[in-house]
Amino acid sequence: MTGEAAANPTADAHYDHPHPRKGFFTDTSICIGCKACEVACKEWNRNPVDSDYELLGSSYDNTGALGANTWRHVAFIEQGADQIERARESGRALVNLGMPKVGPPQGSVSPTTTPQGTIPVTQAAPAGCASGACGCGGSATDAPVTDSADSSVASSSDGSSVHPDTPDFRWLMSSDVCKHCTNAGCLDVCPTGALFRTEYGTVVVQDDICNGCGTCVAGCPFGVIERRSDGVFEPKNQRDAPPMPDTVKVPEHGVAQKCTLCYDRMKNDQTPACAQACPTTSIKYGDRDSMVATARERVTQMHEQGKTESRLYGANPKDGVGGTGSVFLLLDEPETYGLPPDPRVPTADLPYMFKRAGMAVAGMLAVGAVAFASGGRR
Amino acid sequence: MANADCIIIQGSNMAECHPVGFQWVTEAKARGAKVIHVDPRFTRTSAVADKHIPIRTGTDIVLLGALINYVLSNDLWFDEYVRAYTNAANLVNEDFQDTEDLDGLFSGYSVKDNAYDMESWSYQTTEQHDQDSDDAAEPDESALSTHSAYHGYGTSWDEHHGEPQDRSDETAPEEHEEGDDEREQAGGDKYGSGGAPVGPGVPLRDDTLQDPQTVFQILKRHYARYTPDMVQDACGISIEDFEYMARAIIENSGRERTTCFAYAVGWTQHTLGAQFIRTASILQLLLGNMGRPGGGIMALRGHASIQGSTDIPTLFNLLPGYLPMPSVRTETFTDYLDTISARDQKGYWAYADAYAVSLLKAWWGDAAQAENNWAYDYIPRLNGPHGTYQTLMNMLADQVEGYFLLGQNPAVGSAHGRLQRMGMSHLKWLVVRDLNMIESATWWKDGPEIQSGELRTEDIDTEVFFMPAATHVEKSGTFTQTQRLLQWRHQAVNPPGDSQSELEFFYKLGQRIRERLADSDDPRDRPLLDLTWDYPTDEHGDPDAEAVLAEINGRHLTGENAGKPLSAYTEMRSDGSTSGGCWIYTGVYADGINHASDRVPGSEQDEIASQWGWAWPANRRIIYNRASADPQGRPWSERKKLIWWDEDQERWVGKDNPDFPIDRAPGSTPGKDKRGGDALAGDDPFVMQADGKGWLYAPKGLVDGPMPAHYEPQESPVANPLYAQQQNPTRMTFPRWDNLFAQSAGKPGTEVYPYVFTTYRLTEQHTAGGMSRWLPYLSELQPEMFCEVSPELAEEKGLEPYGWATIISPRSAIEARVLVTDRMKPLTVRGHTVHQIGLPYHWGVGQDAVVTGDAANDLLGIALDPNVHIQNGKVGSCDIKPGRRPRGPEVLELVSEYQERAGLTPATSNTMVTDPQRELTAEQIEDGSP
Repeated sequence: MTGEAAANPTADAHYDHPHPRKGFFTDTSICIGCKACEVACKEWNRNPVDSDYELLGSSYDNTGALGANTWRHVAFIEQGADQIERARESGRALVNLGMPKVGPPQGSVSPTTTPQGTIPVTQAAPAGCASGACGCGGSATDAPVTDSADSSVASSSDGSSVHPDTPDFRWLMSSDVCKHCTNAGCLDVCPTGALFRTEYGTVVVQDDICNGCGTCVAGCPFGVIERRSDGVFEPKNQRDAPPMPDTVKVPEHGVAQKCTLCYDRMKNDQTPACAQACPTTSIKYGDRDSMVATARERVTQMHEQGKTESRLYGANPKDGVGGTGSVFLLLDEPETYGLPPDPRVPTADLPYMFKRAGMAVAGMLAVGAVAFASGGRR
Repeated sequence: MANADCIIIQGSNMAECHPVGFQWVTEAKARGAKVIHVDPRFTRTSAVADKHIPIRTGTDIVLLGALINYVLSNDLWFDEYVRAYTNAANLVNEDFQDTEDLDGLFSGYSVKDNAYDMESWSYQTTEQHDQDSDDAAEPDESALSTHSAYHGYGTSWDEHHGEPQDRSDETAPEEHEEGDDEREQAGGDKYGSGGAPVGPGVPLRDDTLQDPQTVFQILKRHYARYTPDMVQDACGISIEDFEYMARAIIENSGRERTTCFAYAVGWTQHTLGAQFIRTASILQLLLGNMGRPGGGIMALRGHASIQGSTDIPTLFNLLPGYLPMPSVRTETFTDYLDTISARDQKGYWAYADAYAVSLLKAWWGDAAQAENNWAYDYIPRLNGPHGTYQTLMNMLADQVEGYFLLGQNPAVGSAHGRLQRMGMSHLKWLVVRDLNMIESATWWKDGPEIQSGELRTEDIDTEVFFMPAATHVEKSGTFTQTQRLLQWRHQAVNPPGDSQSELEFFYKLGQRIRERLADSDDPRDRPLLDLTWDYPTDEHGDPDAEAVLAEINGRHLTGENAGKPLSAYTEMRSDGSTSGGCWIYTGVYADGINHASDRVPGSEQDEIASQWGWAWPANRRIIYNRASADPQGRPWSERKKLIWWDEDQERWVGKDNPDFPIDRAPGSTPGKDKRGGDALAGDDPFVMQADGKGWLYAPKGLVDGPMPAHYEPQESPVANPLYAQQQNPTRMTFPRWDNLFAQSAGKPGTEVYPYVFTTYRLTEQHTAGGMSRWLPYLSELQPEMFCEVSPELAEEKGLEPYGWATIISPRSAIEARVLVTDRMKPLTVRGHTVHQIGLPYHWGVGQDAVVTGDAANDLLGIALDPNVHIQNGKVGSCDIKPGRRPRGPEVLELVSEYQERAGLTPATSNTMVTDPQRELTAEQIEDGSP
């Protein structure tokens, strides 16, 4: 389960006619927090509301987190000057640690040939780490820069290119979504085969196969997938029908639910509802390769402007999930947004665990044999 | 906007309230533009701006005036533009006195009428100098019949333009009707959008700009005390932030670069709202940012077609195309036309007769003939202002029997919700047409006054009819958006049940009324019976919206083209040979094609995108775009080129449709006997103005002054730092015991309502909630009424984060959850800390919506801008304390306890001229003597 091999999850699924892997690039630096993505998603997928219609006590966020009903979720984070400076420092550090570069291959970059073409694979982990699975810190965050930008960004570490409009306060907004991981925990642990890898490299639940066992819920390192319990999805006053009784069953009740990356729309060459509704192009949709390339360019550009707080999330194939289909540009540490800094697919340790378990079994057998043998002597 | 190098968003929370339009700000930013957001609160717009500058609400004129002063005193204006394209060189009447001379008043103020006589504000003109004021030269026949070729859909003003109406030189007798004072009658509403005539005669100029009576020098003196220190003192903005903003604007203005302003109701909803915008336009003219790509002042409109609802207005004082509504002072059609434009006037308002006659022909067809003045007498006359708030006062006085509410929820969305609901309880009947059972339809059973015991359902005689309305996807028609772009909507599905489109509702209502009156021979029924009221309908009875659009566009009525659509408003005639329902929309249906539904993708056309929708007038995307080229007709710069003069073709050419006579050479000067478009010189880009120039100084047209001056809001704890005059001396007030205002300027009692509140919208909800609070998906995103306060204020008052607070104003008390946030910053103003409280206004008290809550607008009092009669909705005084508000009658006791403690009477803060000592000299002011 190496990063290189897993970067093309579609290939593993043995489709006859593989499509390019599709994904999102969510650029949080231009998100205006309008939540059009949340609403468009629920409208298109007819998902129930997620709310008791009370303030959550979390700035302008009143849906809380991703879940069975909310497949796009916008986080709102208010920060003062200290945190902004810390974010700039940590973003800068990602570069100064000898972080990966795009552009001409130079050591840490190893192009991988796939049926779709060449994907520049960046290595996020510090030198010596061969695989995200080693647990030594294959972070999901990286701040790749081009060679040309490298020197100017490096100089920013002494403060010379700090953006002149450094604010003393900021309000971060970020639209989160299912990551459609390269190594998807939910899919790996699903005992019924309800979760499957689509021809676009995305991960989708088949509602009619899922038995609601919930194994996938624990299998997702991002806390994305959930079983649907209840909720309302019709407007209170359907104008041409009597109001729905409260007891009406919600669709797909008890079944695991999450973002499908609008599989139904995708199959008809349509953009997923959230990306279609986003007014500022904060949510971009397309071939995952080009999404990652766009994301890298944007981070580079921001670093050149002295906005060193920006970094990528999910673009690193050496992280614990082999990189994600949905990549993000963040303006602070992932934890700030409620994202795990080092997501790890639970099945990543399976070979190791099997090996240890095998050794344990062998050991026990040996002990038993010894006991038998020594007992025999007594 | 995408072309701007700097964008100042002030008086608007654009990212939250206009998220779709905000894509162009995002685009401009991606191209390198600097974005500055000036707002009392740090909002989602601030979050993506380069800089947020917090400001005390209602002090924008101080900030903008200081920017004007900064430009003038540091020689930073765009000299060539200012000299050629503005009225900077014009000389103003020697009698004019400034607010600097009269401590906050301009000359001409009448204490009796609380209004200005604008005579002393006017230009010096040739005729005044000749002492020959009453003998305007008769325009000769040739001047009237040969109009310039004016480019609109490639057509020209042809030889057959009808004779202008014979207009009398005599002005209407000055009858003084009730409610007919200067402030009410001489307002901006009198002039439509045409501004005021500037004549008679040609304005005198001093092109050296040195004469103390030039507009330029007057402007300099007027803003001399608007300094960075004053900004700090009045607005609470640091000198550092002011200089940052000034530098950003200056560095991004001039030949190569342009700065754009964007505002919304954060500027308009004040007692001097029109003047906020005037201040920005003076600054933009000085910097040469008008009529150019990436420049201008964007008026962001609040609903899908609110621009359309002023173009073809739902306003009491306008007819379609910004023609003014006739008043009792304009008894004859000639009187009426004279108020719009002078007979020898420059610019395209000189043809107002053609626009007005075509409108009357569209409405009354064959019944409109020259003999009956084109049925001018069928239009009712205004005898005073009849805006929504005056109508409310009349309701309370039992003078209004019935009321139609269409897409409006005044019980929640209008200022002083309590008065709105009380007013409706005086009606005999009320029709509410809406998607949902909004609070304005249910106040009689579950409104706050029922809860407080002020009203009892069984005592209310109002009969309420609810008519279900079709949504925008259930009907076809146009939306006209902020950029004047008409975009066609196709019907997606039929409306359910009894729901109807507006078109069907009014068409059928008209049919029924006409059936009832069919046998009437009462002359007063003729206007209804003579209306052209015949539209094709579909199988559901819904009239064809395209037929209405065709009628609005207008058609030829006679000649070989009879029945064919007009191509441009320049084809309109005053002889009854054309019709057209709104002259500025003429061309949208040219050649019988619905251009509002043009939808060529952006990728298949240039950046102007002239084949996406249709922009009025003449599908022109940037108006006054002659100013994008220098006086010689060359683009100011390659980077900002838009249209230019082509020597070879002897025409204006370029990316946009030129807003200028297409063959008028840059250096040409018209003969003295020319009028209208023919009178425009080659360097008169402001083609609708009577002098062809951008107005740094408005000699007429604005009732509260020729230049903006800062006045404090109707109620403000702060004394006006600039003048003795505290508030706008011409604002419209309604002194009543049920419309009390807090003490101002530190007078005893000011401390009872020590905090400033402002109201606003959130992205997740829509205005008064009729389209959002009934939808679970939107309701869950912002489920509860809240207030935003700073940590400092929360500490001071013991407010718990996300706990409850009660907010008390002199009108009402409401409760809200508390959002304590660093996004609200206390400001230091004149040594005092001013706390501002933010209140979204989406919620209302009722039982039908998914989410309900107290309405912020209940806290507002009613005081209006005198020019456009908009309410002050953006600033008020209040107190705040922890905990929920009392229930039942106790809430009224709480409100009156505060009122008594503050010593409020209807006179409080309603004094028009602030300084009592000065009132003694008021007669002198009126006389014009110092």
